[in-house]
Amino acid sequence: GHWASAFPIVEREDISAVTFSLTVRHPLMAKAARPGQFVIVMSHAEGERIPLTIADFDAAAGTITLVIQAVGKSTREMQRLCQVGTSLHGIAGPLGIPTPIEASTRSGAPPTIVCVGGGLGVAPVYPQARAWHDAGARVMGVLGFRNRNLVFWENKFRDVCDELILCTDDGSAGTQGMVTDGLRLALEAHPETSEVIAIGPPVMMRACAEVTRPHGIRTSVSLNPIMVDGTGMCGGCRVRVGGEVKFACVDGPDFDAHLVDFDDLASRLRRYGEEEADAMAQWETVCRRAE
Amino acid sequence: MAAKRTIRSIPQERTPVREQPPLERARNFVEVNLGYDASEAAREAQRCLFCADQPCVRGCPVSIDIPGFIRQICHEDHQGAYDTIARTNLLPAVCGRVCPQENQCEGVCTVGESLEPVAIGRLERYVGDLAIANDWARRPYISPTAYRVGIVGSGPAGMACAADLAKAGCQVTVFEALHLPGGVLRYGIPDFRLPGEVIDAEVANLEKLGVRFECNTVVGRLFTIEQMLEDLGFDAVFIGTGAGYPTMLGIPGDSLGGVLSANELLTRANLMQARDFPVHDTPIPLGKQVAVVGAGNTAMDAMRVCLRLGAEQVHCIYRRSRTEAPARAEEVHHAEQEGIEFHWLTNPVAVLDDGAGNVRAMRCVHMELGEPDDSGRRRPVPIPGSEFEFPCDQVVFAIGTNANPIIGQTSRLTLNRWGYLQTDDDLATSIDGVFAGGDIVTGAATVIEAMGAGRTAAAGIVRHLGIRDVRRRY
Ligand SMILES: Cc1cc2nc3c(=O)[nH]c(=O)nc-3n(C[C@H](O)[C@H](O)[C@H](O)COP(=O)(O)OP(=O)(O)OC[C@H]3O[C@@H](n4cnc5c(N)ncnc54)[C@H](O)[C@@H]3O)c2cc1C
Ligand SMILES: Cc1cc2nc3c(=O)[nH]c(=O)nc-3n(C[C@H](O)[C@H](O)[C@H](O)COP(=O)(O)OP(=O)(O)OC[C@H]3O[C@@H](n4cnc5c(N)ncnc54)[C@H](O)[C@@H]3O)c2cc1C
Ligand code: SF4
Ligand code: SF4
Ligand code: FES
Repeated sequence: GHWASAFPIVEREDISAVTFSLTVRHPLMAKAARPGQFVIVMSHAEGERIPLTIADFDAAAGTITLVIQAVGKSTREMQRLCQVGTSLHGIAGPLGIPTPIEASTRSGAPPTIVCVGGGLGVAPVYPQARAWHDAGARVMGVLGFRNRNLVFWENKFRDVCDELILCTDDGSAGTQGMVTDGLRLALEAHPETSEVIAIGPPVMMRACAEVTRPHGIRTSVSLNPIMVDGTGMCGGCRVRVGGEVKFACVDGPDFDAHLVDFDDLASRLRRYGEEEADAMAQWETVCRRAE
Repeated sequence: MAAKRTIRSIPQERTPVREQPPLERARNFVEVNLGYDASEAAREAQRCLFCADQPCVRGCPVSIDIPGFIRQICHEDHQGAYDTIARTNLLPAVCGRVCPQENQCEGVCTVGESLEPVAIGRLERYVGDLAIANDWARRPYISPTAYRVGIVGSGPAGMACAADLAKAGCQVTVFEALHLPGGVLRYGIPDFRLPGEVIDAEVANLEKLGVRFECNTVVGRLFTIEQMLEDLGFDAVFIGTGAGYPTMLGIPGDSLGGVLSANELLTRANLMQARDFPVHDTPIPLGKQVAVVGAGNTAMDAMRVCLRLGAEQVHCIYRRSRTEAPARAEEVHHAEQEGIEFHWLTNPVAVLDDGAGNVRAMRCVHMELGEPDDSGRRRPVPIPGSEFEFPCDQVVFAIGTNANPIIGQTSRLTLNRWGYLQTDDDLATSIDGVFAGGDIVTGAATVIEAMGAGRTAAAGIVRHLGIRDVRRRY
């Protein structure tokens, strides 16, 4: 409709067969964005409103960057259709409460922060690593991928991390193991760690929470329940944290990992399985016909 | 002029309105109420007594000159009737459809003391629809001022405020968080009660007045209220962000698969057009046996949407009795006609798991009405030992909403203890130049009250900016 402005895509990078990044011009958003925030995107007028983390933002250039994994109808369609020169139908944000970044610990020393990213979670943890780095913290990066072909943004992280631990499931890059193994190594080396930020699939975030729980280290995770409006209006994104119902889009998406009810999150993420499969099947038929 | 009308001389029966037959309409999204045609409207207009004391005008929150516009219908001066209504009501085609007339204008109509009251709402809708069809909303002469006003939220409060300020010569921009304007009119109230084209037409009328709409703009997050005044060059701001934050009941099982808020259901169905899934990408979960908790307009809309999407049976669970149901009378009546099953004096205490994380049933308890509570309604109390299982595979909560938290999270504005914005009688907030109105100030109310608040705030803004000589003729 004529009520939406156009949001031009100015850059695209294909990171792997299923992962790509889009850089979108939106000067106001680039200026407003803070680590931990996300946007709601509609790629076309009949599309879904889907939440995507702001993986990078550049106020000077007036752009924000999204890293997207093509997992279902909407994201695979975006992978096909969102090219440089096209525009997104709608993009609203930056949404959610920004991650609090404090320049010093209570003792006055610079804090030590471990930023853990698993798979696609590597992208959303980047702005947090950068912000902590800029605030003077010591930043440990722990990045996990299935294999070396899926590794991305390693250099961006090297620029903002004091140390970087790269893990792959098969050992084809960095050390062999899961991010939880990398996290353990980081915590052994830095028992003074004041906070751990873990972003990735729910199982991974839950595993990281269990690694830090015995040490009592503050751990924050970014939850990704299914969303519709992203403005606190539908309650579809509700999660259980510390026994209370919270709406991830306006009360989060970052929460204290030790209080999150991950079982609840997992079961709510499965809710639309059938419909998603249905949409995917329909779309594939249409695509095949178009070819 | 013809002889003075008396209660004996007017048509005794209220002119019925044509409706889609219940069983047919319960399966489509076309409007239920088909509206009056010219002769029906003319006949119903004959029923007004043109009372000297005009109780109906006092019953209308925006004091429309009701006998005035009905007299114009009698004289076949429909455009004149539109002008009369438009003097105080920006959205006649909307209010004629959705006002709870039985509690407002029609509830105090003199004719209603002995017969069915004059169908004021239907007449208003008739005029409003004619105005849209014939494009009667003209751009009046507006003497421009240099003032810029930003409106946050495009619901009825924001739209009404925008219209008045545009007519006062301000440059008005409306910022809306969602991708389409209209607020609850767009995402909440379904097409079979208020077609999207009516909202589009009303938004287009505002654009003719020079109002700009900027969707996809979450104020507070993209820029703050303070930044609007300090950096973005707005001389005043109106906040009409509504009370859209849904309440869940907080009973065991309320995060099971198949449990959702009415807002989610309605947003998927209306705003996202999930009823056309997979042509539109957004899916909608649908059970066969749907239980909707609550009996307000939101509950009625949610139930009737489920029916239209193909649910086998839809139940209304409400802890008070039919008399206390807050929905418009017409909606309860329509829902009954369409085959919704009502379970009055029944309250859920838990949602039960089928073993796979989905809903199998609700545990409910029977209620009885005790002493009146703060709201003056008799308080429902559980009858001990009356618990029973109510089989269902989807549960929709339509039990009320709270203030949207984003503005509170991101500004210095003073909130009251329930999280709503604090204002004075002019609807000015704690920040100079910032006004607020509608559901974000009062809590969930009605379309016409939100519009009235938008207009009150517009008048306050005009005074605040020191604009004089605002033309009264629209
Ligand atoms: C706050 C937030 C930030 C997010 N950030 C990113 C991001 O930066 N990059 C990115 O690629 N994705 C991100 N996601 C997830 C993304 O929104 C979903 O992958 C997307 O909506 C799927 O749409 P689809 O139609 O392509 O797939 P669907 O057909 O809807 O789903 C395909 C598969 O993905 C799973 N899925 C669906 N929705 C989600 C979800 N919300 N979270 C996790 N899995 C889901 C489904 O269970 C299913 O297995 C984020 C989600 C949230 C809530
Ligand atoms: C399902 C349903 C049915 C109803 N039926 C009736 C009826 O039949 N009759 C009746 O009289 N009343 C009815 N009501 C109540 C009526 O719709 C509301 O009282 C009225 O819409 C309130 O108007 P408003 O302008 O204050 O807010 P809303 O209509 O809620 O509009 C607020 C708008 O602000 C936007 N917004 C919120 N936060 C931001 C932000 N930070 N930045 C930018 N935009 C923002 C929202 O997206 C929304 O579009 C119904 C309500 C519901 C939910
Ligand atoms: S605006 Fe509502 S209350 Fe006022 S006259 Fe019209 S229908 Fe009645
Ligand atoms: S109260 Fe009824 S009869 Fe009297 S003027 Fe109003 S609408 Fe007409
Ligand atoms: S996505 Fe609708 S409330 Fe969070």
